[in-house]
Amino acid sequence: MTEPTNAEDAAESETAVSDATERTPDEAAAAAGEFVQFRTVVTTVENKPGVLARVAGLFSRRGFNIESLAVAPTADERFSRITFTVDVASAPLEQVVKQLDKLINVVEIRELSPVESVERELMLVTVKSAVSNDRRHELLDLIDDFRAYVLDQSQTRMLLSLSARPARLDEFEQRLRTFGIVELQRTGRVALPMLSQ
Amino acid sequence: MDINGGQALVKALECEGVEVVFGLPGGAILPVYDPIIESPIRHILVRHEQGAGHMAEGYAHATGRPGVMMITSGPGATNGVTPLCDAYMDSVPLVCITGQVPYPAIGTDAFQECDTTGITMSVTKHNFLVTEAQDIPRVIHEAFHIATTGRPGPVLVDVPKDIVDPNSPRSAMTWYEPSDDIMELPGYNPVTAGDPELVHAAARLICSAERPVIYVGGGILKARAAHELRALAELIDVPVVTTLMARGAFPDSHELCLGMPGMHGNYTAVTAMQHSDLLIALGARFDDRVTGRLDGFAPDAKVIHVDIDAAELGKVRRPDVAIRGDCRLVIAALSEALGDCGGRAAQADRRAWRSQISGWQERYPLVYEQSQPGERLKPQYVLEVLRDSTPDDTIVTSGVGQHQMWASQYWRFDHPYTWINSGGLGTMGFSVPAAIGAKVGMPDRTVWAVDGDGCFQMTAQELVTAATGRIPVKVALFNNAYLGMVRQWQEMFYDERYSEVYLSYEVPDYVKWAEAMGCAALRAEAPEEVAPAINEANEINDRPVVVEFRCERAENVYPMVPAGLSNSDILVDPSLR
Repeated sequence: MTEPTNAEDAAESETAVSDATERTPDEAAAAAGEFVQFRTVVTTVENKPGVLARVAGLFSRRGFNIESLAVAPTADERFSRITFTVDVASAPLEQVVKQLDKLINVVEIRELSPVESVERELMLVTVKSAVSNDRRHELLDLIDDFRAYVLDQSQTRMLLSLSARPARLDEFEQRLRTFGIVELQRTGRVALPMLSQ
Repeated sequence: MDINGGQALVKALECEGVEVVFGLPGGAILPVYDPIIESPIRHILVRHEQGAGHMAEGYAHATGRPGVMMITSGPGATNGVTPLCDAYMDSVPLVCITGQVPYPAIGTDAFQECDTTGITMSVTKHNFLVTEAQDIPRVIHEAFHIATTGRPGPVLVDVPKDIVDPNSPRSAMTWYEPSDDIMELPGYNPVTAGDPELVHAAARLICSAERPVIYVGGGILKARAAHELRALAELIDVPVVTTLMARGAFPDSHELCLGMPGMHGNYTAVTAMQHSDLLIALGARFDDRVTGRLDGFAPDAKVIHVDIDAAELGKVRRPDVAIRGDCRLVIAALSEALGDCGGRAAQADRRAWRSQISGWQERYPLVYEQSQPGERLKPQYVLEVLRDSTPDDTIVTSGVGQHQMWASQYWRFDHPYTWINSGGLGTMGFSVPAAIGAKVGMPDRTVWAVDGDGCFQMTAQELVTAATGRIPVKVALFNNAYLGMVRQWQEMFYDERYSEVYLSYEVPDYVKWAEAMGCAALRAEAPEEVAPAINEANEINDRPVVVEFRCERAENVYPMVPAGLSNSDILVDPSLR
């Protein structure tokens, strides 16, 4: 099975729409104005050596707990984007943002509210597939349901990929456990604001 | 003009208006020291890199201009970490140039290599590792820009040897004039003017407050806003407390001045804040040494907080009005807004508040008991005599501990930039090198370093720098044979179990030691010897002078708010209880 690009785009836009309607507990809490433990912050930083160390050092020095972190260049090669999820029980989000803003190499900071943003995370996972025929069908159905992809397979294992909202990855991971997870790697979430209507 | 990176670095420092550099050469920074021979920049050769840093800090505190230190790689750089951290905590504008091993050798554990930018990342406002000679003038300009604008702080520039060494082809560069136009700092945009709406909101809060206190921090001095502060305080007739970092920002002899707040603050300053209904915090950061236990600090007060650093607003205490901006501009705007509201006539009736404050001042003055004949000196007495025997604009530096608190309490600071100490980091050994830096920056002023015997032993070697460099600082050495503040805590909180805290009155012999370092040296042991010794020291202006005062060992600093308690639990001198 290969990755059909058009179909993936279609799937993406479908889930993007469902992002606004199907809310995770965090999103529902945010919409209701309640306390949300994990908040996503997107920073644009200068693409220079050591910038990630400055950001990571700041988190550790100020006692900010980071749930996930993703770093990659942006469309403009002068800048990179660091997207992270911070545990606001460890420090008020406002302090995190203000302290980050003091780093000379940090150019822009945006806090993305869960209800106004699209979040995605990529998971690669190897599962055991040497199972009964029934169980194998169950696994393939699961892959289909979640719109995951089979990137590679052997007699006994399958290497899957899924890009979705982090909560959906959690769910997929949970369901795969019954088959046996050999190895799993997640990227940490990235996010962009939703387009205004 | 084709020059090498080392020449460009020195030239770039000249372009920034640098007149003095405190430093010590070594292998990796050698190529930068060579062009210094031709440069008009004065170089002060220190005896330890920590001294270079504290001198640069003292210079910056006294003059308002950035201090510059230059040291080599590896151990040179690590010795410089303490003053960098000190400058970071106290927002001192500092530029530190460090040598580094040649760029291709970085990461190989080369001789005298250390990860200087990695080590200093958390104790500098920013640091740079310059990789190309061509970048040197731009980076030096950026370093000075960052160090001196916004909330000031230390900036380190790490310079690999191969980009400054004329024997390396990588040091070749074409000179260009550094200017703001060539800076590449897209993420650095310090804000200076306060939001006018918030300024008006602050003015409204002030008008209706019945028990306001102006709480002044070191930011006032950094913003050079002492004049504006006085105008504001007099306009609204509100008392002022000046923190350890702000002593001198408002004249101690002014009737509105309540002195220093905090753990060893003046009773009235501490208590007025506790009873206040409005704290007007200007360039202060609600440090734990000021607030005591936070949930018991000024419980009924609303807070107006003005600071140039947005991260300070709400970091410790949630303000009712938070204004990000330069204190000088915001205070001027605030005075104008208060004038628009009707000035002093529009202020709430505060006669009851003023009389309550005068009551505390009368009941709880700063007191100590003079020593009996045959007893050793009381440090407070020595400080009073020193204060009264020196010019009004004398610059006083201090180390950290009991002598620092007594100096802050018993001096009368009537001018800004006359008090230089290590507040945030609490660096023992700060006093002597800071005094040297201050004297270099302000050669026409009398500079007295107030120091303890514990502190003095940490950085005394810099008196050799002062003696050979003909920098006539004066040191008042308070020898009580103990790490006095630690002794006090062991007495009060560890059942008088004195663990590893005794030094000695006799060893070292401070007079001999000072003389060996090229200083004049005096000793005073009885009250009647104090004034003559100080007067003699004041007459010596061709070399440094050290006056050792043999002080009572068991003297404690009062008032005191024991750590972890609320400011309402302040302990005054036993004679007042």
